[in-house]
Amino acid sequence: MTAMLLSYRRNALWIAAIVHRLSGLALAAFLPVHFLALGLATGEGAQFEGFLRWADGPFVKASETALVFLLVVHLLGGLRLLFVENFSWRDRQSHLALLAVALAALVAFVFLIRVL
Amino acid sequence: MSSELTVSLWRGSESGAYETYAVPARQSQTVLDVVTYVQRNLDPTLSYRFACRVGMCGSCAMMVNGRPRWTCRTHVSKVAKDGRLKIGPLENLPVIKDLATDMQPFFEKWQDAKGVFEPSLTRHDPIQEIRPDTPDRVAADAAVECINCGVCYSACDTVRWNPDYMGPAALNRAWSLVNDVRDAGQTERLQAIAGDGGCHSCHTHQSCQQLCPQSLNPTAAIAGLKRRTVQAYLKGEIKA
Amino acid sequence: MNVRLYLWQRLTAAAMVPLIAVHLAVIFYATRQDLTAADILARTRGSIAWALFYGIFVAAAAIHAGIGLRNILVEWSRLRARTAGIAAMAFAAVLAALGARAIAAVVLP
Repeated sequence: MTAMLLSYRRNALWIAAIVHRLSGLALAAFLPVHFLALGLATGEGAQFEGFLRWADGPFVKASETALVFLLVVHLLGGLRLLFVENFSWRDRQSHLALLAVALAALVAFVFLIRVL
Repeated sequence: MSSELTVSLWRGSESGAYETYAVPARQSQTVLDVVTYVQRNLDPTLSYRFACRVGMCGSCAMMVNGRPRWTCRTHVSKVAKDGRLKIGPLENLPVIKDLATDMQPFFEKWQDAKGVFEPSLTRHDPIQEIRPDTPDRVAADAAVECINCGVCYSACDTVRWNPDYMGPAALNRAWSLVNDVRDAGQTERLQAIAGDGGCHSCHTHQSCQQLCPQSLNPTAAIAGLKRRTVQAYLKGEIKA
Repeated sequence: MNVRLYLWQRLTAAAMVPLIAVHLAVIFYATRQDLTAADILARTRGSIAWALFYGIFVAAAAIHAGIGLRNILVEWSRLRARTAGIAAMAFAAVLAALGARAIAAVVLP
């Protein structure tokens, strides 16, 4: 019965909430790796330098872009949530807020691709 | 519109299966009409629940093509896909039989959220005057039109994933009472909804707000409760 | 989630908004200038400002991620709330320790 298609989930606000959760989960998984990598910077930093050179490879470069994108998405999703929870709003406004967030994420992504 | 509808109805209790029926299509036909047709003409053992048929009593809500709806006010022409309807019992509630769910957990959570008015005056006091345009009175409207149909509860994925969560309807009711200046049980109420299954479990999926047949906005009510409980917590009036 | 966890979750979230903005600026700067490890370390070693900035950032992130993980475990795993809380707290502690180690490596002269 639960396998019944839950069509109410096909809704921008629901998807925004799930994107926020999944991006947060991905960031939590990435953070230990990020900290371990920075931990290599002891002493003369030779290991760290080696890591940075390795990180210049296209695969790592691409995943870094993805991570920055996740961070921006989670940040904007969080701002949306803080807005929805802490200010009075009308039904339409919560859609507008989502639209603004989606646009901002898109702009940020385009910007990132150009920079990285 | 084709002259016949293909209707799948859930038969059984927690375990069971969808069975398909052919129902003649009519003009201005509601989903409740379709279910009633099956029971009257095709299988009298079909169980479902309804009372007023005009959107007041809140007893006929069912899952219709994947989302909960009040079936008496839902036109088939609006929801049928290629003449197909899939109708099941409300999600997130135990199924008694066929399309009828056990609403007990739903109403118990109203009690848990202290959805009961606590009078501050007796019958010997004069009637308290509440002006309709005061901010508290306007905010108290949040749940006044709630018909307890369970649509929001059934569409809430936080309820689905966390069975202890009180759900949108109970918290919406609590928000109405929090704004009722005559109520004397505010601290107990805020304490009751500040725990693990309370308002802070809400993740703002906003399905309740999207689907409420009365166009109420439980998400906004719950956001109000979040703010009110945080204030009470910071003042030391309630404990975590 | 109760009111205490909620408050910490939202407070750390709000605190991290400006921190993330600065962090993103740092990322762009470092990648744009194609800094070497020595370049980066020359700027960070012995800097109390960077130590404070990233110290607060790591603490906020560890608390925020810990509470978020607890919520997800309660809802999406079969763990009980208590077990989920312990697991999430352990994760937060590991994050904080690894973060402190990373800051020490980058900032200590």
